[in-house]
Amino acid sequence: MSKAIVATASLAGCFGCHMSLLDIDERILKLIELVEFNKSPIDDIKEFTKQCDVGIIEGGCCNSENVENLIKFRKNCKILISCGECAIMGGLPALRNFIPVSECLEEAYLGGPTTGLCNPDKIIPNDEELPMLLDKVYPCHEIVKIDYFLPGCPPRADLLWDALVALLTGGEMKLPYEVFKFD
Amino acid sequence: MSEIKNYVLEITGKCGKCPSHLMDILIAVQNKFRHIPDEAIECISKELQMSKVDVEQTASFYHFFTEEPCGKYTVYLNNSAVACMMGRDKIAATFEKEVGCKFGNVTSDGLIGLYDTACIGMNDQEPAALINGVVFTSLNDQKVKQIVSAIKAGKAVNDLVTEFDGKENAEMKSEVKNNIRKRGPVLFAEYKNGASLKKLNEMTPDQVITEVKNSNIRGRGGAGFPTGLKWDFCSKAEVKERYVLCNADEGEPGTFKDRVLLTLFPQMVFEGMVLGGYAIGSQQGVLYLRAEYTYMLPRLEKLLAEMRTKNLLGKNVAGKQGFDFDIRIQMGSGAYVCGEETALIESAEGKRGEPRNRPPYPIERGYKNKPTIINNVETLCSVVQIIDKSSAWYRTFGTQYSSGTKLLSISGDCKFPGIYEIEWGITINEVLEMCGAENAQAVQVAGPSGVCISPKQFGRKLDFEDMPTGGSIIIIGQQRDLLKDVVLNFMDFFTDESCGSCVPCRALTPVLKKKLVKIMDGKGVKGDIDELVKLGKTMKDLNRCGLGQTAANPILTTIENFREKYEAMIKEPKTDGVYAFDMAASVKESCDYAGRKVIIHN
Repeated sequence: MSKAIVATASLAGCFGCHMSLLDIDERILKLIELVEFNKSPIDDIKEFTKQCDVGIIEGGCCNSENVENLIKFRKNCKILISCGECAIMGGLPALRNFIPVSECLEEAYLGGPTTGLCNPDKIIPNDEELPMLLDKVYPCHEIVKIDYFLPGCPPRADLLWDALVALLTGGEMKLPYEVFKFD
Repeated sequence: MSEIKNYVLEITGKCGKCPSHLMDILIAVQNKFRHIPDEAIECISKELQMSKVDVEQTASFYHFFTEEPCGKYTVYLNNSAVACMMGRDKIAATFEKEVGCKFGNVTSDGLIGLYDTACIGMNDQEPAALINGVVFTSLNDQKVKQIVSAIKAGKAVNDLVTEFDGKENAEMKSEVKNNIRKRGPVLFAEYKNGASLKKLNEMTPDQVITEVKNSNIRGRGGAGFPTGLKWDFCSKAEVKERYVLCNADEGEPGTFKDRVLLTLFPQMVFEGMVLGGYAIGSQQGVLYLRAEYTYMLPRLEKLLAEMRTKNLLGKNVAGKQGFDFDIRIQMGSGAYVCGEETALIESAEGKRGEPRNRPPYPIERGYKNKPTIINNVETLCSVVQIIDKSSAWYRTFGTQYSSGTKLLSISGDCKFPGIYEIEWGITINEVLEMCGAENAQAVQVAGPSGVCISPKQFGRKLDFEDMPTGGSIIIIGQQRDLLKDVVLNFMDFFTDESCGSCVPCRALTPVLKKKLVKIMDGKGVKGDIDELVKLGKTMKDLNRCGLGQTAANPILTTIENFREKYEAMIKEPKTDGVYAFDMAASVKESCDYAGRKVIIHN
């Protein structure tokens, strides 16, 4: 059997979910036997070079680039997984959803205690190379169809491992209570 | 000494410096100074020997108490669903234009304030507004212009009303119409004032209770607890100091039957309280009247005084030796939750209207922590007829398990909105025919906290076996957008009226509303509908009082009966699995603020 091809991305996330994936320890050797990575921070491939079987998304969408990236993933992956709180619900970044974008920008670049002094010209970053900020942070399943959701902040390494193995081998997935109990 | 301090000293003195009269004191201060100044709060707390926060928490709880001056004339325009159906928005715009300020504000000279308010019990004659306690109904542009120019000319609002529906409303100088469409056999049966109380001379308290029990009457406020059983339990309480409370806080949007009963048969209501007092061995009754009905207060007070002179209240009531009973009226100040019996008790004691944990139930520990019965206005009127005419007579009306009649307050898209006394067991189809409603797409039974049913269910019956109701029936015509015009309005209402005590009610009600708006904006995904249902269940399971437990009902019952309307708004992904997303609209605000062009890459 040819190896399954996996792509991953961290959108509006903290890379914690990716760290958790690395946390599978020595099983990473088994993982390499099972899959080949394509576009992913893990191998630093920047663009899709072929159609993938599984896409793992960490983080929700807070800017235009996230949306474009997510759509690319949907178009290039057979199965797309929302991985972790931010991808599923928006997570911590979504705390700003209750505050107007202009107020967030003001706080971040003009009025905040750490930025007030070093931004004497009161510039809000506006280079057109920069991604544009969305009105709020969106969970991934509101932008594209998502096939599976793996909860956690981050999802535990065991959960990620079990889910991937189950998906790739067609086995049943174990979801013991501990996996969803976060405190 | 300042004017504020002087006034507070005067009114707290009149109340015997008793904290339980805090509501009355705050109402007086609000009326006089058009807000509750900090100085008044400080002075009240000193006089009543309460902490300042205790006074503040009551003052901040009620809709009609304001922190800032709300204008010498304060317009409270109803924004309930039916008011909006009847053209509230247009009227609001006219008010804003004529007055010269937006809703939620006061004119710069402090003369007129414009505010929204929840259903004021005038659904049969909307759009309607309260201006300094005076009700103005069936508003149109012309009328609004006249009212505003009269106010600007310095006229008293009372003098603006010149046409009256019947002598009762004329006595109250109120332009409210009664709109009685169907006089039924119980509440509208002939009755001679005082007759039920004369019977006390030949009946023991137990006999009264037995008669009420035999009638099988159940509470008419909505919960439907058997009245005789409630009285029986209370009469057996160990503590001898007991109270009778009458719940005249009809706040369920769409209900206005108690308004009509208190207008046409106020003495029957009071006699019902006396009967309750006799049955349970109480000496004091309290009628809790919603602030929206303040216009009735002088007439009701006058009637109480008359009953005292006729010995229908006071010592040895109606000649019954050893039975002393009197009634006072407690005004509310705008809070839907105070219709819940334990919240009502808290409010009548001068506190925030927060529901208590039950048990203990009020029959054990109610008003002032003493055994208390709380009955709806309509229940008490029915009991008067039962005692006057017998339980056997009463049971001839209605169905086997739902005896007697029910007053329906019918409003919305029908030809004849108003009051109908019907026998239990009537079907919705019959109701629709009766009130001239053709082509209804839905009927909201029992108000926002009740159910929204579809034409498939119009064969269902109104009774305790099938569909109980406190009396609110709102007809929703085909021309309405059910989710936007009705469900969203109701969710706004529940969000505003939550007392905030239980977390699910305080936090989830806005979440439910936002999810609904998300779906209505075309941004909803399939899972959102099921999630609404799931959250709604949490509301039922985890909130303390009826308000919180039913606050999800507008959404839950429309999902149940009109799921296709929700599904039609859910966005479906294109074949490539990508949903429609309006990037340009989404980034507009941030780009505008940063001063950059919106560039969309495809």
